[in-house]
Amino acid sequence: MSTTPATSGAAVITGAALALGDDALVLSHRLGEWAGSAPVLEEEVALANIALDLLGQARVLLSLVGDEDELAYLREERSFRNAQLVEQPNGDFAHTIARQLYFSTYQRLLYGQLASGDGPFAGLAAKAVKEVAYHQDHAEHWTLRLGDGTDESHRRMQRACDALWRYTGELFQPVEGVDVDHAAMESAWLASVTDVLGRATLTVPEGPRTGAWAAGAGRQGLHTESFGRMLAEMQHLHRSHPGATW
Amino acid sequence: MTSDGWPLWEVFVRSRRGLSHTHAGSLHAPDAEMALRNARDLYTRRSEGVSIWVVPSAEITASSPDEKDPFFEPAADKPYRHPTFYEIPEGVKHL
Amino acid sequence: MTAVTAGTAETTGAPGVSDAAVAAEQAAYEAVFDAAVAADERIEPRDWMPEAYRASLVRQIAQHAHSEIIGMQPEANWITRAPSLRRKAILMAKVQDEAGHGLYLYSAAETLGTSRDELLDKLHSGRQKYSSIFNYPTLTWADVGAIGWLVDGAAITNQVPLCRCSYGPYARAMVRVCKEESFHQRQGYEALLALSRGTEAQHAMAQDAVDRWWWPSLMMFGPPDDESTHTAQAMAWKIKRHSNDELRQRFVDIAVPQAEALGLTLPDPDLRWNEERGHYDFGAIDWDEFWDVLKGNGPCNEQRLSRRRQAHEDGAWVREAAAAHAQKHRVDKHHAEQHQHTGKHGEAQA
Repeated sequence: MSTTPATSGAAVITGAALALGDDALVLSHRLGEWAGSAPVLEEEVALANIALDLLGQARVLLSLVGDEDELAYLREERSFRNAQLVEQPNGDFAHTIARQLYFSTYQRLLYGQLASGDGPFAGLAAKAVKEVAYHQDHAEHWTLRLGDGTDESHRRMQRACDALWRYTGELFQPVEGVDVDHAAMESAWLASVTDVLGRATLTVPEGPRTGAWAAGAGRQGLHTESFGRMLAEMQHLHRSHPGATW
Repeated sequence: MTSDGWPLWEVFVRSRRGLSHTHAGSLHAPDAEMALRNARDLYTRRSEGVSIWVVPSAEITASSPDEKDPFFEPAADKPYRHPTFYEIPEGVKHL
Repeated sequence: MTAVTAGTAETTGAPGVSDAAVAAEQAAYEAVFDAAVAADERIEPRDWMPEAYRASLVRQIAQHAHSEIIGMQPEANWITRAPSLRRKAILMAKVQDEAGHGLYLYSAAETLGTSRDELLDKLHSGRQKYSSIFNYPTLTWADVGAIGWLVDGAAITNQVPLCRCSYGPYARAMVRVCKEESFHQRQGYEALLALSRGTEAQHAMAQDAVDRWWWPSLMMFGPPDDESTHTAQAMAWKIKRHSNDELRQRFVDIAVPQAEALGLTLPDPDLRWNEERGHYDFGAIDWDEFWDVLKGNGPCNEQRLSRRRQAHEDGAWVREAAAAHAQKHRVDKHHAEQHQHTGKHGEAQA
């Protein structure tokens, strides 16, 4: 996203709201895919709660930009601004939990900072930070149980943490209009994740935290292959009936 | 009673300040921490509570049906424990 | 509600007591039970109850719980394709409620001494049933609306009287379920109304869904009274308060004017108001289809059950991990406490 001094304040907010809103929208959709397939009934309820919180956040954020449904259903893949982490497929329960751990830790730090500021997202962040604290708590407790559970669960959880590690660097690339200290957030994130993984008897992955492709990532509208399929499913019905109300 | 090694827990919810916790139902969880979280998700997802207790069902001692009579009959003999036992002249207030 | 199985007839069979004495005690218990049911009192888990009453309740509550869980599938089928974010949030919340309701009901069944594992096992092996309605597919978005309006509508008609069921935990679970479900039917009706008043294609989609769901919804009340094996006893025990046919008629009477307000027709040429009866007459239900679907030959029986089994099997390692973690940490905690104890002891000595 190239910025010139001429970029208006409204445009900056638009870009920021899309980034945060798309994160919430896409992760909510992925969690919604679990409905009916969670490992235990109690977890059906927990995952749906998180998905609903995120969908609520997405709707507020997208509505700052325009019509929530037009934005969700009528944009092309390259116009979505979510980080690649949230679009990663659910995989097994360990992958879903690793994605939750990485993302909710980031989101909690982000909304914590936004809530304490006086920017355009302070009000939303103040409400969301409470929801997100619970999401992080949920992810942390499951990480501990899967990491320090059986041999199989340990192996699966380690594999998931490793696989998603490369998508975590992108979360801390500055987003214009998101007025937070990204570097401080990144070190707080690393400290928090390192602590949880350690207590879960898991090893902090060693690989790079950004992709090798220098072209950019989700915040620039470059996504991973599975995302197109996700959008095709999500948008199909809405797009099949142009102009209809539901 | 367990579900894949997840014991049963009884859930008590305080619906608002000033009221006592009341039994809301039960659920399965591997441990107390998860039981609390599951209880929050399940029994307070429409803001039904401000505080939750969870107790392993197996830890509850209950009066058994055989003992029902000695447990509950004596109270029935003591109507003087209830305010309606006393006759108060009409018009006397605040009693 | 404790995990302890309620006192059963075994408690009366002390050794050395004559058969006559046992029979007399049994009769006394039975009289107390009958009197409680007659007086509209609730039976609670630790009360004595006839074994047949217990078995009948377990069967009914389990089937009800299974229906909630299997019933998540046809609607979850549309979560990822919901055509607006508002509808998506509503649908997610609804499917989540169904998981919650399944949980309430399994809990109620557990008070009768049957574990959730046992019940799930019976569901997965096909030994216990769920409502046949969920063996029909959701082919278009309008099916989500039709399920809300007709299937939830029929379910509510069935469930409201269960809030006064003679078994306390079941009645209490149903009070909670009915309270929470009040939005389920309304959201379905609202979704259908939007379609019916929408574009031509949307209207056609709504009509098609109602055409497919109407008859299966009427079958949800179960076989006609003269063919229902469980009704008479269940009514005598006040587990059930109204017969299948009574409830079906009540549902039809409510649904007909609702369909008119929707601007949709119901697929029954014989449907008309009967002034004399004060009810709507309706056409003959295809009971062959009902029995056939019940036997496992519905369009989705195999799919629903195998999806459920798959989820359960895929989740096994997660459940085991959490149990193993709890086990390890109970031991850790125990050691820590002992350690602390010895430490304090040492201090006292010093």
